[in-house]
Amino acid sequence: MSPRPGFVLDVDSSTPPTLFWHGERFSLEKLPEGSRVIYAPEPMEPLSDPQAAIRHALTHPEGDQEPLPALLFTGMRLTIAFDDISLPLPPMERPDIRQLVIEQVLDMAADAGVDDVELIVALALHRRMTESELRHAVGDRIYDAFAPNGLLTQHDAEDPDNLIHLGKTDHDEDVEINKRAAESDLLVYVNINLVAMDGGHKSVATGLASYKSLRHHHNPATMRKSKSFMDQHKSELHTANWRMGRLIRDAGVKVFQIETTLNTDTFPDAFKFLQKREWEWKAKDRIAFLGASKALDRVPARYARQIFHSVKAPHRMTSVQAGEVEAVHAITTANVWEQQGVVVEGQTDILTMGLPYISPYNVNSILNPILVACLGLGYFFNLYRGKPLVREGGVLIMTHPTRWEFNPVHHPSYIDFFEQVLSETTDANVMSEQYEHGFATDPWYIHLYRTGHAYHGVHPFYMWYWCAHALEHLGAVIIVGGDAKAVHRLGFRAASTMADALEMARDVVGPSPTLTHLHSPPILMADVQ
Amino acid sequence: MKALVVERNVPRFAAARLASVLGSGRGAGIGPLQLLDADAPDRPGDDWFPLRPLLSGICGSDLATLDGRTSRYFEDMVSFPFVPGHEVVGVLDDGGTDHAGRALVPGTRAVIEPVLGCAPRHILPVCEQCGSGHTGLCGNLASGRLAAGLQTGFCTDTGGGWSTAPLMAHASQLHAVPDELSDQDAVLIEPTACAVHAALSAHVADGDLVAVVGAGTLGLTTVAALDGMVRPRTPCTIVVGAKHANQRALATSLGADQVVPPDQLARAVRRASGSLVLGGRLTEGADVVFDCVGSAASITESLSLVRARGRVVLVGMPGKVTVDLAPLWHRELTLVGAYAYGSEATPDPGTPDRRSFELAIDLVGTKGLGRLVSALYPLERYEEALAHAGAAGRRGAVKVAFDLRNPKGRTR
Repeated sequence: MSPRPGFVLDVDSSTPPTLFWHGERFSLEKLPEGSRVIYAPEPMEPLSDPQAAIRHALTHPEGDQEPLPALLFTGMRLTIAFDDISLPLPPMERPDIRQLVIEQVLDMAADAGVDDVELIVALALHRRMTESELRHAVGDRIYDAFAPNGLLTQHDAEDPDNLIHLGKTDHDEDVEINKRAAESDLLVYVNINLVAMDGGHKSVATGLASYKSLRHHHNPATMRKSKSFMDQHKSELHTANWRMGRLIRDAGVKVFQIETTLNTDTFPDAFKFLQKREWEWKAKDRIAFLGASKALDRVPARYARQIFHSVKAPHRMTSVQAGEVEAVHAITTANVWEQQGVVVEGQTDILTMGLPYISPYNVNSILNPILVACLGLGYFFNLYRGKPLVREGGVLIMTHPTRWEFNPVHHPSYIDFFEQVLSETTDANVMSEQYEHGFATDPWYIHLYRTGHAYHGVHPFYMWYWCAHALEHLGAVIIVGGDAKAVHRLGFRAASTMADALEMARDVVGPSPTLTHLHSPPILMADVQ
Repeated sequence: MKALVVERNVPRFAAARLASVLGSGRGAGIGPLQLLDADAPDRPGDDWFPLRPLLSGICGSDLATLDGRTSRYFEDMVSFPFVPGHEVVGVLDDGGTDHAGRALVPGTRAVIEPVLGCAPRHILPVCEQCGSGHTGLCGNLASGRLAAGLQTGFCTDTGGGWSTAPLMAHASQLHAVPDELSDQDAVLIEPTACAVHAALSAHVADGDLVAVVGAGTLGLTTVAALDGMVRPRTPCTIVVGAKHANQRALATSLGADQVVPPDQLARAVRRASGSLVLGGRLTEGADVVFDCVGSAASITESLSLVRARGRVVLVGMPGKVTVDLAPLWHRELTLVGAYAYGSEATPDPGTPDRRSFELAIDLVGTKGLGRLVSALYPLERYEEALAHAGAAGRRGAVKVAFDLRNPKGRTR
């Protein structure tokens, strides 16, 4: 039986309460009659033989590109870059796609007699991965063969000895990327394309870039002009990356792009109810929901967090394509939309969403208030093509505990950003002009980024910039069940219940608003007509 | 007339110390302080003038004395019974002469520079410190014509500010209050003079990062002094750790560049100094730190915030504390006290030094420091007043003072 497509439910009196994420917990909310709930398509059937599909992709490339074996030769320098811990979400069950793909690339390289091979985690300004995270991503065999010899490294955007400036685009944008990758005879980039935003020229131009390069597109102006990040052709972020990617190509960097898509089978059996439509819950689902809810309610948040971060997703690969960057990415994007796209008629006055415990930037960590804002306003708000789900001047209501809590190892500059910058301004332009440079060049943050497991000092600014389009578009942002002090620091409104939030929203959008709920998991993208 | 009098009564001091566990100033009712009928003390000499208090502030050192927490170092610099109150603005009903020998007409409002050094004690020749204007450093605090007492407010012969009866002020102590200053402004002159002295003696240099630990009266007046007296000639960045919201607002309005809660101060200094962190300490840090608290914790924090070869200035009165001095040794830090006031050097050669008090009078006016007076109490409600002062920050207050004016004549 083929998976059912996405669906927009009109809420009536018989509609059961709707599930909302609330961080490490859930709630059931009775939405007003007449509301709409957008459900994602069901998970697509995975590839029956992923190994064969990978081999086929590598030997039958897309676009103007030779098969991978033809690009490999004795004496060459081969670099394999791959996505970091931020993908996929949640981390997938072993074997990770990266392992499957890299193993085949390495087998082909070995067959061609290639000796000089290095692996690089394309983490841009993200935190360095731990050994266990790396082992999970690439598998023990690859890790043990490369890491002890220094051949599995993590991109260092602050290492002047291992960066190379390739030139400037016609928009005066510096293009500076990892030197080893740029100077290799072939750069193979292995992607996991969780959403339409991932991949394409963004892989190398962002994942292997320096702050000097990234600042040209990770800024408030670019983010405001990206409508949305999921729609490459209307995203200034992508346009800038495409300019840079083409410059990288024209500078002689040969990139063999490998992109993979996943189905949306996001949670294992114990949490399967999360991705089912509530009116289709069976007794087993209700029992699982009640059991999980009661158990999670009883344990401290940090234990609930540990439980969820130990969850590995049963995602399965639905496609793999390789070859020339742009040709590959066009296919990938279509595949992502096929899995996640839902046609939605018209915008809404109020958009509600439940925010989970995880975002790309807090795997095995805390979803701090800045990441809460970014997840809701930067990511979920932007899960659209065409028009935003919520109308201009509308209200976004999110549910999340939004604790004043940070992981000091992973997010040290976030703490200072929250305490010192957000206490002064929530205006992205002001913070960009007055504070960004200081954070970006702070020697302590740079030290922690390079030697520890800290996100770069500038990263919280980027998280805030991700919100810029939504903040400009929305009339108000309300967080239900959040720490009021933290919510107010973000510049948002705090409500203790959904009913209160709806009352507050009516003050902004009028007494009889339309309401749409973006149901997750699994992830979906709205094609708003 | 009434006065609050401190008697030498060991059991009462012990009781106050016990009660202070519940909070500073909480032992007023059972401690050594009593409200008694009082007359003005005898004039110790012709150059002494009765000053009838109008307002008299409650200082941290007063609370420490009444709580029985003052260092025993001061034991021989006090004579009993005494009337506390050294932050005083009063009126010279019979007129007098000021510190510069100028005649003051009857009815003149004046503040006293309370240190009882060589001049009030009629010691001649004056000591080297008094001779050079640094009266706060005078060692003759128990000799000469007066009983022991480091300041008015701790000496049995002079009386003190917590009284409706006049205290005795020596001409060398008197400074007329300009008409444009309110009584509230004037009662802040003494603590402001302490802050002026601390700020001007701290060797702040161009471009320095200055941290202020604590934002009570001393912390806030130190910020005002740094902004108003130091920064015009020596640009510097002022970062303040302030516990309470009203303190943060005041510190900002008085000129601080950045004001953060105390638990964020180290991070703010780290950011501002571009420092790394080693074992919980900054590798760089602030050039100068003003400790306006004086506790073991604040001194420890100050030593952790300052850069190598930097300077920590103790503005708040410390007592017997336990502090790890390893960083002081290892990083060649300077830990220096800033007590009271004296003569402040001017940056222009040929321009005479000015008294800290004169500078403070100017600063109080330009910064409007009278707004730091949060509550006024009549003497009769001294227990409430002291409890309020002991919990000033938490209760949204800064300076709590006694209002000794005739109720009908009270003006702001």
